[in-house]
Amino acid sequence: MNPTKERAGIVPHLVMGVMAIYFLLPFWWLLVAATKDNDGLFLSAPLWFSDFHLVDNLRTVFSQENGIYLVWLRNSALYAVVSGVGATAVSALAGYAFAKLRFPGRTKLFALLLGLIMVPATALVLPTYLLMSKAGLVDSIWAVILPSLLNPFGVYLLRVYTHESVPDEMLEAARIDGAGELRVFTSVALPAMRPALVTVLLFSMVASWNNFFLPLVMLSDDHLFPLTVGLRTWYMSATLGNGGEALFNVIVTGALVAIVPLIAAFLLLQRYWRGGLTIGAVK
Amino acid sequence: MTEVQTKPAAAPAAAGPPARRSPVKNAREAATGWLFVLPFVVLLVAFLLLPMAYAFKLSLYRSTLIEGEHFALFENYTQAFKDPLVREGVLRVIVFGLIQTPVMIGLALLAALLIDHATSRFARVFRLAAFVPYAVPVVIGTLMWGFLYSKDTGPLGSVLHIDFLSSSWVLASLGNVVTWQWAGYNMIVLYAALQGLPREVYESARIDGAGPAQIAWRIKTPMISSAIVLATLFTILGTLQFFTEPLILQPLNPGSITQHYTPNVYAFNQAFSFQQYNYSAAISFLLGAVVFVGSYLFLFATRKRSAL
Repeated sequence: MNPTKERAGIVPHLVMGVMAIYFLLPFWWLLVAATKDNDGLFLSAPLWFSDFHLVDNLRTVFSQENGIYLVWLRNSALYAVVSGVGATAVSALAGYAFAKLRFPGRTKLFALLLGLIMVPATALVLPTYLLMSKAGLVDSIWAVILPSLLNPFGVYLLRVYTHESVPDEMLEAARIDGAGELRVFTSVALPAMRPALVTVLLFSMVASWNNFFLPLVMLSDDHLFPLTVGLRTWYMSATLGNGGEALFNVIVTGALVAIVPLIAAFLLLQRYWRGGLTIGAVK
Repeated sequence: MTEVQTKPAAAPAAAGPPARRSPVKNAREAATGWLFVLPFVVLLVAFLLLPMAYAFKLSLYRSTLIEGEHFALFENYTQAFKDPLVREGVLRVIVFGLIQTPVMIGLALLAALLIDHATSRFARVFRLAAFVPYAVPVVIGTLMWGFLYSKDTGPLGSVLHIDFLSSSWVLASLGNVVTWQWAGYNMIVLYAALQGLPREVYESARIDGAGPAQIAWRIKTPMISSAIVLATLFTILGTLQFFTEPLILQPLNPGSITQHYTPNVYAFNQAFSFQQYNYSAAISFLLGAVVFVGSYLFLFATRKRSAL
């Protein structure tokens, strides 16, 4: 390699190697386990293949309970896309306004927002459920989507980013050219905000795809469940053994299918992830 | 970057706006501003302020078969303070946080310093490997570890002969799940901060005879202390709200993971297993208040380092 550049020695690489095994071992186990039938899962060596049943397992995952897994998969995707896009749109409007528009109460509202970022989301799930049940909104897709549209941290990130990266002169020039405020926002500010928008979109989509507590509380119709809640019901009935067959291999394969799209998207978009965390970290 | 740019821009701006800004324009800008923040404000009221207020109101009432719902002031709170199950759960998350947080942040810092130091292809692969668990939903990550811990299906239980979910091991086992899931995320946050440091500083230290380990520990680490503080803060916030992991592993060993294992699990069970909404609201509100005050105190205590 390049002799002028100092190369890290063997010890740092050894440490990284050990850590990498730790982080990847569960994935290797999951991949191997998804190829086994229920008996093989319990009887064969956990970290190596025995009989190959991946195709059977996949077939069972998608046919179990009239293909409810596919419904869960679709629900997860729907909640993630609608919540992600919605939360990003709301945060973009508010972040832009906080950064670039002067309106009475702006500083106070923003100070309030900074305080509210610290309010733990899980402590709000139960009261939100009770309020929503009074409004008759519980057990509908809106019970999961509407609360996910609120993203105070996203507003904060977009305000910081917009404040630094969208020059006032550009907005002023567009106004002088006769553009209305909405037009200034959509055609001048939004394109300049794009890197931060992608970040907020990715993070709110993942948060929504991974969400568990909110849908667990809000939904009782299993046809509205996202994957996280659905897989838990399978897992519960398998471990507690109430009635149904204990199909652990189906749960394992279901878990594999659930994380594959996310990891694929994540590897493709890793550039944006890192960029996004930098916006948050540097400040 | 701002030093150079603001000066020339500031001069015309100082002369410009007061003359250009007519009252009509200001009013229009104010109206637009409010219109733009309106959706956010509506959501903020509906899903944050209102639930908070409602939880507080609920927590002040009690509901009994004889008297129905009646105002009870802080009775629920005194009950919560006296409740040994609440105390046990709070103590558990504190112990958990005191051990798990330093371990995970330490691991994340070590990993971040390593990938910052090593520029090999392996370092890039490692960076990805460590971050991937973050992309896994907590429910599924916990399910995976549940299988790995199992004496029947897991390599760990059968090789090490440890019952990972027995009452003496369960807290450490849960800590491992959390560490596995979030260490890589924190590593990237810290790595991003390291990337922002000026490289020349290391050069002069190297000339003074400092080795890579000394540079990492004595120069890089102090310089990213604000990022470390923030990562610690978010970890503590998460720890206090500990919920999904114990709930998922509970059926595997209900004896060691109880219905009141953490304050959040307890509040959840009070509401949905026992319909004790008022008591549950008091616990939730108390927990929320503790997290809120705690994070402010933490930020205040470390404000010099975090520069917030």
